[in-house]
Amino acid sequence: MPKSSVKKSMDDLTYEAAFAELENIVAALEHEQRSLDESMALYERAQALIKRCAEILDKAELKVKQLSGDTLTDVEEAE
Amino acid sequence: MQPSLFGSVQWTVSALTKYIRDLLEANVTLQDVWVQGEISNLSRPASGHVYFTLKDAGASLRCVMWRTDAARLKLPLQDGMAIETHGRIGVYEVGGQYQLYADQIRPVGQGALYQEFLRLKAMLEAEGLFDAERKRNIPSFPTRIGIVTSATGAALRDMLTAIRRRLPLVEVILAAAPVQGEEAPPKLVEAIEALNHLEPLPDVILLARGGGSIEDLWAFNDERVVRAVASSRVPIICGVGHETDFTLCDFAADLRAPTPTAAAELATQITMVELQENLGTFSLQLTTSMTDMLREQGEVVSALREKLRFFSPSRRILADRQRLDEVAHRLGIAQAHRFALELKQIEGLAKRLEALNPLQVLGRGYAVVTRRIDGKAIHKVKQVKSKDGIQVRVSDGDFDATVD
Repeated sequence: MPKSSVKKSMDDLTYEAAFAELENIVAALEHEQRSLDESMALYERAQALIKRCAEILDKAELKVKQLSGDTLTDVEEAE
Repeated sequence: MQPSLFGSVQWTVSALTKYIRDLLEANVTLQDVWVQGEISNLSRPASGHVYFTLKDAGASLRCVMWRTDAARLKLPLQDGMAIETHGRIGVYEVGGQYQLYADQIRPVGQGALYQEFLRLKAMLEAEGLFDAERKRNIPSFPTRIGIVTSATGAALRDMLTAIRRRLPLVEVILAAAPVQGEEAPPKLVEAIEALNHLEPLPDVILLARGGGSIEDLWAFNDERVVRAVASSRVPIICGVGHETDFTLCDFAADLRAPTPTAAAELATQITMVELQENLGTFSLQLTTSMTDMLREQGEVVSALREKLRFFSPSRRILADRQRLDEVAHRLGIAQAHRFALELKQIEGLAKRLEALNPLQVLGRGYAVVTRRIDGKAIHKVKQVKSKDGIQVRVSDGDFDATVD
């Protein structure tokens, strides 16, 4: 199903990727002539990207890893 | 030579002391000395000035440090401490004592360290390691930040706190290393290199250490560490000690931060708050451009609708109906004409008919006579006989009569 595949790729997007795509879409909507259908699709995509970005920001939690030799291990911090 | 018993008194004590003072204080060498010795008789009265005696095996030197200089002392002084002090020789006339007016005090050996620092700095500078054009920009939006510092120090905690507060989106890779002592330089080099071999590379490396004495910070003046910083593929922000501490790593790094916390802040130029604001702006922009587009489309549609209405069947129907009305109206007029015409014709006919009406002649005095028994008009005399009943019709009515 196309819908679920879109959703999945959205969940996999990193903040940087989502934000970069968002920037492109906004620029495209502002400066390029497109069909209404296309524009609506872009708009929906952009809304989803904004939601994704906001989600990532809301859930952001600093990840700390320790590098010893070549191996990375998660660090549990004592607050 | 025997002094003359009868020599006249040439000096007062004050004048002589003043003379000695002028002698000593005119001597350029004595006005700028570094002297090494051990502190004794240390005294710090309420005035804030510091008095002590500096001595070695063979001699002692009275020293005083005025309050303003004493306030800048980083080193807590105590009796028995070996120090190097800088100042000028002067004479305290009231006490009849020459003494050192000290303005700087440092631990023994630091002078040598400083000389080494200057030598190394000059050498690396000559090599171009500190050149401004070598400095790289620090990425404003890092996703991976490498940290080289002690795993147990306050510096690490401060940096993590700052990063968590500003941009918890990032991943921090800690390459821990001791930050002081003999083993510190090679371990620091190792940590920097390890971060440079990570896949993917960190966007920036923070090389940091909390405050301490100049000896504590010395690993960051080690040539090996400085070279590792200069040759790092990843940009390095150096935040060692406090605002006033400068190490060679500071010069070699792409960016110098006054403290570890400041280093973390410089590595996270964009913060969560700004990201959220950006998102908000984008969301607004998006909605605005979409609304604009929809409005424009709406206007196009309205214009089309106007055009369409012009050609619409209902409009045709209206027009047709109007035309029909017109026709009907015209038809009505035509009809009426025709009626009138027919009416006239009929009237004409009626008149003609009237003229032919046999009763018309009655008006001129004629009468119509009919037999009463059968109503037959009497044209000839022989149609009647005496005593027959007849009816006489005249213009305004009729009456009965009898034949004689």
